[in-house]
Amino acid sequence: MGAPVLEIQQVTKSFGDREVLKGVDLSVAEHEAVALIGASGSGKSTLLRCIDLLEDIDDGDVFLDGEVITDPSVDKIEIRRRLGLVFQAFNLFPHLDVLTNVMLGMSKAHGMGKDEAEEQARAILARFGLDGRERDRPSELSGGQQQRVAIARAFAARPRAMLLDEVTSALDPELVGEVLAAVRDLKAEGVTMLLATHEMNFAREVADRVGFLHEGRLVEVGPPEQVLSDPQEAPTRQFLRRLLEAGRA
Amino acid sequence: MDPAGDERPGARLAGKPPPGSRGAERAAARRRKDRRGFAIAAASTAVVLGALAAIVVTSPGWDDIRNTFFSTSVFADSFPAVLDGFWLDVKLFLAVEVAVLILGLLIAILRTTRGPALFPLRAMGAVYTDVLRGIPTILLVYLVGFGLPATMLFERGSLFVDPIFLGGLALTLSYSAYVAEVYRAGLNAVPRGQREAALAVGLTETQAMRHVIAPQAVRRVGPPLLNDFIALQKDVALVSILGPQEAFRIAQIEQLEAFNYTPLIAAALLYLAVTLPLARLLDYWERGQSGRTI
Repeated sequence: MGAPVLEIQQVTKSFGDREVLKGVDLSVAEHEAVALIGASGSGKSTLLRCIDLLEDIDDGDVFLDGEVITDPSVDKIEIRRRLGLVFQAFNLFPHLDVLTNVMLGMSKAHGMGKDEAEEQARAILARFGLDGRERDRPSELSGGQQQRVAIARAFAARPRAMLLDEVTSALDPELVGEVLAAVRDLKAEGVTMLLATHEMNFAREVADRVGFLHEGRLVEVGPPEQVLSDPQEAPTRQFLRRLLEAGRA
Repeated sequence: MDPAGDERPGARLAGKPPPGSRGAERAAARRRKDRRGFAIAAASTAVVLGALAAIVVTSPGWDDIRNTFFSTSVFADSFPAVLDGFWLDVKLFLAVEVAVLILGLLIAILRTTRGPALFPLRAMGAVYTDVLRGIPTILLVYLVGFGLPATMLFERGSLFVDPIFLGGLALTLSYSAYVAEVYRAGLNAVPRGQREAALAVGLTETQAMRHVIAPQAVRRVGPPLLNDFIALQKDVALVSILGPQEAFRIAQIEQLEAFNYTPLIAAALLYLAVTLPLARLLDYWERGQSGRTI
């Protein structure tokens, strides 16, 4: 493995009195995919939002390519342009068509010429199976298609790392597969990614390492076969047993 | 009846009756019911209106009322002059509307800025909307229209001594405060995830506002904005206290000359000619919006 693209050191974050992250350490190497698992409220989304600087952390540091990004003096805009965050609820721009959703960041944030941005946006949409839908509004698309547009939008500017926040949790079960296929496609290209997920089988398949977050702490990190099949820590075992009982793993 | 015209799957699946006949029967029954409902509504309206008209026209004071408010000869005499004045109302309305749309949006955006350094801007925006919405529009027109020229700060021929401009300015101040609040409600109604998604693709706060949040807010606030513009169209008449010869002012003059209130009815009809279509447009728009998700 090469040098870490993302390095998270002792990150803490509270909302009021509620401590959501209690000192998280994690690094993601180049071309590595790390899956974050854990119950709702364990801090997975918060961690991803802190890395994309949508939330200010209370303590600790996050490094992107060796450079600290959580210092108050850092230009957040510039950092976000190097990361691609995909939301659970898609958050596509409903007033813009699919193509413009993907192009907006490229042309306005990355200063790309309109023709070049359009060409690249069309190419990336085609890659995720969305050719022919360029001029549709997001509301005309299925949830699975919308989330694929959101992935295309986040990936369009070739970020150093993709942050995927439970990208299939808001989808009907029959639409999960097409979105997971898009993530698999990114993984095959060697895109560095940190993904929060509820899909254990997918984590097993796509992740190089799996981290189990429990009450704001990363209890266990390791290869999927270890964390998911032979967990060392009691909370991990309990979490996986519950999933098994619910028929989700 | 046209059984072949029914293509709903249910009609074909039914099997036993000839294909489509059940659906066609139902559609025909529905049409009969609709027609009957329409006929009943029309008949009942005619009866009620006829009875009301009969009561009004046969009442002892009707002739006096008609002569005072609905004199055809006075109407014919005064209407051209009132209509002439009404063009000023329309022009002023359009100019003020454009100014209000722009100023209102700027103030709304001012009030939704973030960050401690921009606190003075937010505070100014809040004071502006609170104060200007709290003052009667007629008082504001008087203050601006008579007050500014009274300062002697402006030379003759300057815009700031022109009563039409000053009246428009006062209306702009007042209505931009209302419209700013409408916009602000619209800006706040755009889900938080939209701003976050805009930031996540690398936009600045200003770009997020301009390309993502403001366009969605403007789309949401169409109907309430139109509502404010119906009110504005009527309030343009307030400028008359400053002297410009707009419809209400001319109607007053005509009324005094003719000892008859029909010119004011003529002016009222002209205002209605603009506000009624706007009100219907508003209804139509709101109905359309409720069916859509955005």
